[in-house]
Amino acid sequence: MEFTEDQILRYSRHILLPEVGGEGQERLLNAKVVLVGAGGLGSPVGYYLAAAGVGTIGVIDNDRVEISNLQRQIAHNSSRIGVLKADSAKETYETLNHDVNVVTHKERLTSANIKNIIKDYDIVVDGSDNFPTRYLVNDACVMLKKTLISAAVFRFEGQLMSIYPGDGPCYRCLFEIPPPPGMVPSCQEAGILGAVTGVIGTLQATEVIKAILGIGEPLKGKLLLWNALDMSFRTVKVPKNRECPVCGEHPTIKELIDYEHFCSMSH
Amino acid sequence: MGVKVRIPTPLQKLTNGKAEVECSAKNIAELVDALEKDYPGIKERLSEGGKVRRFINIYVNDEDIRFVNKEETVLKDGDNISIVPAIAGGRLKNEVERLGT
Repeated sequence: MEFTEDQILRYSRHILLPEVGGEGQERLLNAKVVLVGAGGLGSPVGYYLAAAGVGTIGVIDNDRVEISNLQRQIAHNSSRIGVLKADSAKETYETLNHDVNVVTHKERLTSANIKNIIKDYDIVVDGSDNFPTRYLVNDACVMLKKTLISAAVFRFEGQLMSIYPGDGPCYRCLFEIPPPPGMVPSCQEAGILGAVTGVIGTLQATEVIKAILGIGEPLKGKLLLWNALDMSFRTVKVPKNRECPVCGEHPTIKELIDYEHFCSMSH
Repeated sequence: MGVKVRIPTPLQKLTNGKAEVECSAKNIAELVDALEKDYPGIKERLSEGGKVRRFINIYVNDEDIRFVNKEETVLKDGDNISIVPAIAGGRLKNEVERLGT
């Protein structure tokens, strides 16, 4: 692949890195990554992937931009209130970098559509805001053997893990089942420091870029825990669970499950 | 002497906002009982029928007790215990609606 003069300038700080170089940059331009959610996490992930020149970025989101999103969801802005987030993110990312093609998927993920949406991508990025989607995405990625970079935030805390199906644990090896209704903090307790989504989303983008380039040590078999209040980063071990219901030796989950969206149901 | 226990944000309501508490216990089952004594209600959030709930993990230093000896995992003085629940961001169907409640 021949870089244009603009591309050589645009990506010069990447190309200068021996771990990236022209070859790595070409890999980024050819990569296909899909974001589950263009919210607090998806916004910075997409921003950095677009800046890095990831050639195809899918955005799965069927929500519209609300003013209360703008405290953290930096892919959007005040002029986009009421616009579908997928369209808003597309405009932001493609304006930043014309090398990037953003494909919008303006639908809520279900067991019926997820495989068809993610099958053409190399890497899936989970920045969803609810358990049903989180488990659906994990199970679909295990079944289709897609690399999954999974992250979640709550108030001042974040969790991050990279999942390589067939080679290490999945999200269900970590947390076997989603919490039942009533066992999770109610929606009223939810809240998030905007910058926390930026930190975790940017870490997530870093894991995506490492995966595309094949450099460094992926956050595989480990869970990263970050707490903003005491600025502590910790990792704990996540062994592969032989009894995992989806990726274990005798899986009991062979079809995708649509869990009830209990949090949003409470309204 | 004893162990330090990191309490996750969603459970800090029960520990009067404390993110870390000290406890004295020989194993995880005892630890849960000791926490319950100081912070009533926490046992039910952490466990069911004596078993740690499946969407919550407990780590002794960086080891998940499910892969050590589960609730019988032995503790020693100075261990750092982390309670880590699954989190998902807390979706709000309509964020504006919430401000009105």
